[in-house]
Amino acid sequence: MKSLVSITDFSKQDILSVLEHAANFEKDSRQRLLQGKVVATLFFEPSTRTRLSFETAINRLGGRVIGFSDANNTSMAKGETLKDTIMMVANYADLIVMRHPLEGAARYASEISRIPIINAGDGANQHPTQTLLDLYSIKKTQGKLDDLNIAMVGDLKYGRTVHSLLQAMSLFRTSFTFIAPPELAMPGEYKNLLAKKKLQYSEHLDLEGSINDADIIYMTRVQRERFLDPMEYEKVKQLYVLRNSMLSNTRPNVKILHPLPRVNEINIDVDSNPKAYYFQQAGNGVFARMAAICHLLNL
Amino acid sequence: MKEEKQLKVSAIKNGTVIDHIPASNLFKVIEILALSHCKNQITFGNNLESKKLGSKAIIKIADRFFADDEVNRIALVAPQAKLNIIKNYNVIEKRTVEIPDEIHSIAKCMNPMCVTNHQAIPTKFKVISRQEVTLQCAYCEKITDQERLVILSGIR
Repeated sequence: MKSLVSITDFSKQDILSVLEHAANFEKDSRQRLLQGKVVATLFFEPSTRTRLSFETAINRLGGRVIGFSDANNTSMAKGETLKDTIMMVANYADLIVMRHPLEGAARYASEISRIPIINAGDGANQHPTQTLLDLYSIKKTQGKLDDLNIAMVGDLKYGRTVHSLLQAMSLFRTSFTFIAPPELAMPGEYKNLLAKKKLQYSEHLDLEGSINDADIIYMTRVQRERFLDPMEYEKVKQLYVLRNSMLSNTRPNVKILHPLPRVNEINIDVDSNPKAYYFQQAGNGVFARMAAICHLLNL
Repeated sequence: MKEEKQLKVSAIKNGTVIDHIPASNLFKVIEILALSHCKNQITFGNNLESKKLGSKAIIKIADRFFADDEVNRIALVAPQAKLNIIKNYNVIEKRTVEIPDEIHSIAKCMNPMCVTNHQAIPTKFKVISRQEVTLQCAYCEKITDQERLVILSGIR
């Protein structure tokens, strides 16, 4: 029995199959593959966007949803352990989608559950369906996953979305452009992974000019709490803001992605540029999640 | 000199002698091997002089022999430990310990947000490096290195 806890649980073959099914669901979203099935969405920590996206995916597939969106209203508030909750729900449902504030909670659940688990975020650790929707957005806009240059901008040290996307894209012939302040540079372990796979990457401090060869610009938020010195944060935060004027020399096919919510790292004057893709990207989440659910249930 | 040492911890006829345990970790080794529940005759010495370690501890367990995976559990706290297998007062075999590929229920995850630090879940790590002990938590995926390595108390 397969679960999706971390993107590395999926092989290249798994990923390609999910993306193909996602495209089919986008063409025809009335495929009732989950008819007669029950999916539990266990949100031990609230997350409106992710939960609604999953529940839309389940509903469109004709499945029924049980679950909770706030652990305070459940027996967890009475002190029930994660193990007991998972063991109990596994008796009722065909698949569990869970978000939990503790890191590693989904991996543990996948070890004890007799039905598949999809991790919808375990603290700051993993959120693999975000990566699937990022990959789907890349494939959809570029028509391929090989021979692309991905520029990653902002917090490359702590940002889990960029780490998972890098791991997944390293299965393809990808080159990377890392643009970040020295304090938030891409960690060595990920650069080693690329070196091992003989994939090219370059590192830059300035955003302007570094994005001209990119096919995808993946923006992330630089968070205040990552800096010891507040002055340093104030200095850095202005440097990693994407503005419409910076896009004039970029490739015609380039698309700008962002896991959302954004704060100020993409200026609103970019929103009307056809290269902006972050809102459509979020919309792709439903198709990617429909495909991931069906893949785990062998449907 | 050798004889004087022998007298400090009495000899056993048959069993296992675990030597070259760092003095500061003797009680951790006792805990990891669950010797406090062991009914065999056990003698141990601590803060003994050692050229290698400065001061060391030694444990002698009569009529008890350990499987490799059992004794490798102490490798995290006593990487230089040597086992002497004794039969009829003679050392018939010498063994060293080796850090296994996976570490179960011995180390604590350094990540305060890891699920294993909040629920009754036995810890599990993949060993990334043996030279400078580096462990990756099987749950939260964070790295616990030598510097932040904490051995759990109350190991069963």
